[in-house]
Amino acid sequence: MPNTIHIPTPLRPFTDKHESVEVNGATVGELLADLTKRYDGLRKHLYSDDGKLRNFVNVYLNDEDIRYLQREQTPVKAGDSLSIVPSVAGGAPTSAEATVGNPPAINPRAIADLPTLSQDEIKRYSRHLIMPEVGMDGQRKLKAGSVLCIGAGGLGSPAAMYLAAAGIGRIGIVDFDVVDFSNLQRQLLHGTKDVGRTKNESAKSRLNDLNPHVQVDTYETALSSQNALQLFRDYDVILDGTDNFPTRYLVNDACVLTGKPNAYGSIFRFEGQASVFATAGGPCYRCLYPEPPPPGLVPSCAEGGVLGVLPGIIGVIQATETVKLILGIGEPLIGRFMIYDALRMRFRELKLRKDPECPVCGTNPTVTKLIDYEQFCGLRPEPQQAQTTGAAVNDWEITPVDLKKKMDAGETPFVLDVREPNEYQINKIAGSTLIPLGELPRRYQELPRDREIVTQCKMGGRSAKAQEFLKSVGFTNVKNLRGGILEWIDKVDPSQPKY
Amino acid sequence: MALSLSPGINEEIRRHGAETYPNECCGALYGGDGVVTASFALPNTTEEGPRRRFLVRPQDYREAERRATELRAELLGFYHSHPDHPARPSQYDLDHAWPFFSYIIVSVRGGTPEDMTSWRLRDDRSTFDPEDLVVTEHA
Repeated sequence: MPNTIHIPTPLRPFTDKHESVEVNGATVGELLADLTKRYDGLRKHLYSDDGKLRNFVNVYLNDEDIRYLQREQTPVKAGDSLSIVPSVAGGAPTSAEATVGNPPAINPRAIADLPTLSQDEIKRYSRHLIMPEVGMDGQRKLKAGSVLCIGAGGLGSPAAMYLAAAGIGRIGIVDFDVVDFSNLQRQLLHGTKDVGRTKNESAKSRLNDLNPHVQVDTYETALSSQNALQLFRDYDVILDGTDNFPTRYLVNDACVLTGKPNAYGSIFRFEGQASVFATAGGPCYRCLYPEPPPPGLVPSCAEGGVLGVLPGIIGVIQATETVKLILGIGEPLIGRFMIYDALRMRFRELKLRKDPECPVCGTNPTVTKLIDYEQFCGLRPEPQQAQTTGAAVNDWEITPVDLKKKMDAGETPFVLDVREPNEYQINKIAGSTLIPLGELPRRYQELPRDREIVTQCKMGGRSAKAQEFLKSVGFTNVKNLRGGILEWIDKVDPSQPKY
Repeated sequence: MALSLSPGINEEIRRHGAETYPNECCGALYGGDGVVTASFALPNTTEEGPRRRFLVRPQDYREAERRATELRAELLGFYHSHPDHPARPSQYDLDHAWPFFSYIIVSVRGGTPEDMTSWRLRDDRSTFDPEDLVVTEHA
């Protein structure tokens, strides 16, 4: 006795408009086979090329999804009916994912619309052109492509240089810094002659020299919650070369909100990390780290140092992933977190999953617009007044000038330097005592309880942590030296070297 | 092949796209003979991130077909939005497409609906072909 199969609207043109069809067989699979035997046009819509039911084709036996029964092996009895029920799915393309379909002119990635290459460019890119994975069409995709580098420092340098050389059509750079001697150990975009120039100017002239066919757009500004979305919209890929947590979270969230992939990299001392975040269906930085570390716990490169060659490796991984995303080739570093250890010369790879609970890219996101990332990362906002007048405006910090005045007036605050011994060798405040931050929990008993203590480090981050710790163990009169030894040298003692 | 919409339905689809921005919206299209006479918003139940995906579950699809019977109209297809992306089908759209349905895509940039296009799966599943989308004048 035949069973009935209900046919959904879009498949009825193949069944002579019948809403249901009578078929024979002992299992679900046999009924479907009988159906496709009679109406062959259905086959390619129900089954993929390897003969499996497509994942958006749902088959119900009476009211049960056969996935929860024995799938196609599920036996059928007289009177059972089958229903084919579509899942309707789709979505916006990622830049790694080509759009499909004919004409409409707007598609910047339709091959016919890609920019052509001049004779000069063909000569320049010949080593790309002879590889079928790139070829003429791929090189034209690169030319049509655009990348926004956040920062023209350690990571931004190698990344932007290789991207320019590879023929990316437009490179944007967001930086507001000036080239300093201490940058030259690793930031190869800038040379000795560039010290004192803005990093943007220096980067632009270096990149134009490498490849005059590249349009370099510079943004002399700090990336912020106010400008990030607008900046990101005009680019295909965002390359995160930032050195601090607030900007890293800002870049991640803005990438998720604008749907732009984030070619991520970070470096510290001898270790680097890289991944590709915020692609469609892939994890974002917050799936890995939903919350930033407490302020001061993880030192920046300026505080902890970085091996000069390290950003070369990591920045070039970021550039490689960017090129792959634009070409749409290979296996991108999505859902994988690469960790590189320069001392052991080892790469490790961690699997990353998209977190359905992720506050920004999860199923029910709680972050739907950009927030105050300084506050999110627990950094105390710098009071406006302090920046202009140089006076301390609260009771938890002291400026170098005020500290000097106190010392000159004969007061004897206990200056606690919480840096590492090798930093202490470079410069110090005369009369200060060195206890590295890591040793403080077992050595704080050495500190006087009856004197004012001023904690100090290189820039004020670690010393704020030390100050917090001392308060937690009962010290009441503790101030943090604002701006650390660097501001001390700028404002009080320019005779000492800076690092 | 052309699909025509009344200005009211055109507005409804665009508004739905703007309301759900930065997430994708989706809904069903009803009518007959190339004329959309009704649209109906559906929940986007994707678990892959609604900013770039939409999913109409089988139970909602069944409901959509039932509604067609009630309306005495045909289920003509579905619409969805592409937040901050062009109104062109993605590879993912193609991989999940059903034949004979019209797929309307509205591009929503920064919360403002812009281009709207309509597409049909080619019979060999190789690609989408555009179909003219005509917004009719007020009667």
